Amino acid sequence: MTTTFPLLSVLIWLPIISAGVIMMTGGDENANWARWIAMVASVIGLLLCIPLYTHFDVNTPKMQFVENFVWIKAYGVHYGLGVDGISMPMVILTTITTLVVVLASWTTIKTKVAQYMAAFLVMQGMMVGVFAATDAILFYVFWEGMLIPIYLSIGIWGSANRSYASIKFFLFTFFGSALMLVALLYLRIHSGSFAIESFYPLKLSMIVQIFIFIAFLLAFAVKVPMWPVHTWLPDAHTEAPAGGSVVLAALMLKMGVYGFLRFSLPIVPNACQQLDWLMIVLSLIAIVYIGFVAIAQTDTKRLIAYSSVAHMGFATLGCFMIYLIVKATGNIADAYVSLEGAMVQMISHAFSTGALFVGVGVLYDRLHTRNISDFGGITKPMPIFASFMMLFAMSNVGLPGTSGFVGEFMIILSSFQGNFWVAVFAASTLVIASAYTLWMFKRVFFGQVVRTEIAALKDISALDTMAFTILAAVVLLIGVYPQGLLRVLHASVGHLLQLAHVSKL
Amino acid sequence: MSETIRTLSLIMVCAPLLGSILAGLFSKILGRKGSHRATIGLMLVSLGCAIAIWILVIFHGGSYVGTIYVWGLSGRYHFDIGFMIDNLTAWLMIVVTFVSTLVHIYSIGYMADDDGYTRFFCYMSLFTFAMLMLITANNFLQLYFGWEGVGLVSYLLIGFWYQKETAVFGSLKAFLVNRVGDFGFIIGIAAVLTYFNTIDYQTVFANAQRLFDANTTISVFPGTHWSVLTVICITLFIGAMGKSAQMPLHVWLPESMEGPTPISALIHAATMVTAGIFMLARMSPLFELSQTALTLVLVIGATGALFTGMVGVVQHDIKRVIAYSTLSQLGYMTAACGASAFAAGIFHLMTHACFKALLFLAAGSVITAMHHEQDLRKMGGLYKYMPITYITFLVGALALSAIPPFAGFYSKDAIIEAVHNSTIPGHTYSYYCVLFGSFVTALYIFRAFFLAFHGKERIPADTKKHLRESPWVMWVPLIALAIPSTVIGALLAYPLLYKANSLFGNSIFVLPKYDVLKGMAANYHGWFSYALHAFITWPFWFAVSGIFTAWFCCWYMPNIREVITRRIAWFYYILVKKYGFDDFNQIVFAHGGRRLGQFFYYVTDAKFIDDYLVNGSGRAIQWGARMVRRIQSGYLYHYAFAMIIGLLVFLGWLEITDTHIGLFKLLTSNYFTVE
Repeated sequence: MTTTFPLLSVLIWLPIISAGVIMMTGGDENANWARWIAMVASVIGLLLCIPLYTHFDVNTPKMQFVENFVWIKAYGVHYGLGVDGISMPMVILTTITTLVVVLASWTTIKTKVAQYMAAFLVMQGMMVGVFAATDAILFYVFWEGMLIPIYLSIGIWGSANRSYASIKFFLFTFFGSALMLVALLYLRIHSGSFAIESFYPLKLSMIVQIFIFIAFLLAFAVKVPMWPVHTWLPDAHTEAPAGGSVVLAALMLKMGVYGFLRFSLPIVPNACQQLDWLMIVLSLIAIVYIGFVAIAQTDTKRLIAYSSVAHMGFATLGCFMIYLIVKATGNIADAYVSLEGAMVQMISHAFSTGALFVGVGVLYDRLHTRNISDFGGITKPMPIFASFMMLFAMSNVGLPGTSGFVGEFMIILSSFQGNFWVAVFAASTLVIASAYTLWMFKRVFFGQVVRTEIAALKDISALDTMAFTILAAVVLLIGVYPQGLLRVLHASVGHLLQLAHVSKL
Repeated sequence: MSETIRTLSLIMVCAPLLGSILAGLFSKILGRKGSHRATIGLMLVSLGCAIAIWILVIFHGGSYVGTIYVWGLSGRYHFDIGFMIDNLTAWLMIVVTFVSTLVHIYSIGYMADDDGYTRFFCYMSLFTFAMLMLITANNFLQLYFGWEGVGLVSYLLIGFWYQKETAVFGSLKAFLVNRVGDFGFIIGIAAVLTYFNTIDYQTVFANAQRLFDANTTISVFPGTHWSVLTVICITLFIGAMGKSAQMPLHVWLPESMEGPTPISALIHAATMVTAGIFMLARMSPLFELSQTALTLVLVIGATGALFTGMVGVVQHDIKRVIAYSTLSQLGYMTAACGASAFAAGIFHLMTHACFKALLFLAAGSVITAMHHEQDLRKMGGLYKYMPITYITFLVGALALSAIPPFAGFYSKDAIIEAVHNSTIPGHTYSYYCVLFGSFVTALYIFRAFFLAFHGKERIPADTKKHLRESPWVMWVPLIALAIPSTVIGALLAYPLLYKANSLFGNSIFVLPKYDVLKGMAANYHGWFSYALHAFITWPFWFAVSGIFTAWFCCWYMPNIREVITRRIAWFYYILVKKYGFDDFNQIVFAHGGRRLGQFFYYVTDAKFIDDYLVNGSGRAIQWGARMVRRIQSGYLYHYAFAMIIGLLVFLGWLEITDTHIGLFKLLTSNYFTVE
């Protein structure tokens, strides 16, 4: 549907302009101004998502809310925006996440508040841009552009080892993206246009496809992150401020999987099919091996970071199981479950893990430690907080009724159709995820209160409660009624599945 | 009528959920009284609906199968939330809502002094909701929802006293062990979806025979061809092993006794742990088609029935004795399902729900009277202080020991007989297990009975001063449970088990060749003659000798226990160590898992990937940069020398390959195209 109102542009530029306004409020003496402007901007963003959802036509895989202008004429670069069923939920996810970040940082960030809020608003704009761009160069600009605010947020508001973490994060992700740019330029030369959709019908030989696949893989695998290029994530998470961790987990990791869906599968389907075993093995390593690594963690944030990697393993597994499934059953309709499961897993992970990071941020703000062994008996002084955390922990272990269940369930069920053992390894997460999540929960929240600081804690503030309530509502809503999300995905996933099964040789 | 049933079912399922939300979120407004009134009131609504549905289904032949709402659509699959209300469900919902309501009422007294009073009621109602979702499901998704939901509440309630280290340890263990079962269960569901292309019960059951006839196989290991139905049944049974605490996944149940006693009665005796049995009966159309799976079920069940019961004999904690008894009785129910006597298994589930809840609540009554002392060695002679508890406990013990005409007799005797008559491989071994188990059952429960209520008083003096019968909110549920524990066996044995058109209707499917209950029906001539007939059967005399042994060793001549213990010290040690399951799990899984994680983290992740590869490439670049930096010395003669060398090499190269002359020209053309 083409509307006259440039909804997507507004969603991109409104937060960025608001960020500019916030910067003008000056130093920390006007911190409340900065907070309120950020709040208003993010609430408006969220409200604008209502027409995005209601006016979205779920019956077509076509791009909607399309905007297209020539940007750089000499090279044929367009300012092209549009969303389909895959990117629309991601845009909404972005705006919700920003609101949560603003709420969660309201009191915890005390220095350079205006800059902090501005950074996250810019990030929101960039993220929406990534998900809405239909032009490869515009996509690339947003893709790289969003590194800057997150790099700054770790480098400025992070904890002790922040400079190592931020440079590691930057180099890792930048290294991958450079190769992606080469691949995009190669595709541009052959298709004659930077429009992403113009890459889809290109005929490419197998060897070229494999090179392009690898270039994309390096860019996206770092973001997801997949084993073995995941080690930047625990460091970045640990050092980042709570808001940064939330954005990293909820949004940045999703860009990787989104890339697989938007670029790898439709542009180089033969290479994907050829190398799907590699992706499946890497995903299973993420699920099983990283799960065990998470058990060994002594730092709450690091544990949740590793659990993120394991959960994203499910998303990538869901994306690349489609070939095995179709091969086994001979019916392309069977692969829907797997791919839609991957989408649901991404969105669900954003909320449950994001919430857990906010929770760790709350504890860090009060006790200035992240070590599991420094906690114990938090439930006693903070029962409401503990109840929220229990809900998110349960979503993390994939309990039915929470969003965490939906994706895992769909992916395990459909991967069985492809291969028995893949399903068995994937399902092992039922035990492993509950081991690391609930063991941590036990050590942090249960037991005797041994430290006097813990006994003196007060329960969470109204603002935190509000942030948690939003997250909890979404977690439960998706868990109880995933159809609300699945119906949006359907047409686009079907289109993608077809593209992924067209031979381009 | 089916519309009425649908509406009633919705109310029945949602009422406890509403109660839970009220007690959980609005406890500040409602207060303690308001919370328990709200939850109990809504539980009564639920019980009323259950009874209404039961009447409609059992007496008017009603049923309902349908979707409530579409949970998700994906590809050609649809996942729904829906109800399947048939005879089996109708019986189960009566059990669940009845016991749950009584336990709610009982908790007013038991939890009176607890800080977490409203939280407790919230959890209990939430549990009832999940359990009702489980038994009313019409598809595997909802079954799994309820399955995990009850597991969650069980986890929360075992760790209810979250400051108690043993309690939170027990809850974590319960959750993890259950998750091992669920791991199998979800694989089973995935297999169902793969081979039936749906997870709706009705379609699956309707197509099971076709799949069996087609002899569909799956190659789990290269070169093997296993029947798909066997794989499905065994993986589903792994789920049941977790939830219904079958060996070797039984280890969590004794630990679950760390939770409040009403919970032990409701969740860990009457309802949740029997979910596995319910599932087996519900899946009877699948299990009947796989003899391998039935054998496994039979042998695992019978083994558990005997061996876990024996551990109960050496326990000192009154609740643990009853917990091991539950393990053993669950073994009986499982064995019944394995012998294709699903009806007997469900019947025993129902009688067991009554008398085991009764035993737990009576034990709870003792425990509160004793100021939370659970050690049998510090009790004795309680009968004169708490007569109602005493009598009701005795009723429960007699029912559990299968003494006619108490309820347990009719159900348990049917199981032993069914296993005896079964033709499934492994039935001989299983028969001896369940037969000898009846001696063990009577022994451990009457040992606890005599130690607690009779013999010398070993009660500490300060406890003795306050010792009295529990308040009415606690003993009324005891009596309410003692009545069915006495009579339902005699009342229901015939219509449920032996009648040609039993009250379970078509909800349980048994192949004619396995139908052992049908053969037994010929020998059943009314409840009274069946009770009399018991006097010439082995199980009865085993039970009586168990009671006698308990009486002799615990009341008549208590000192003999020490002598016996010394004589068979090695055996005693094995029992006290619970066959080593706990130690094995602790060392191999808990410790081993942690070690493996640490290895992966510190060696592979931190050392190899991060330090060697990631930071290693950083170091390599730094090293390279250092090397290159040396060349840039800043001395002009170094540079001049390098240039001369370079030029010579370049020219030499051109000499060798004059094919590159063209390239050279091209490169230099910009500078030399003056003409």
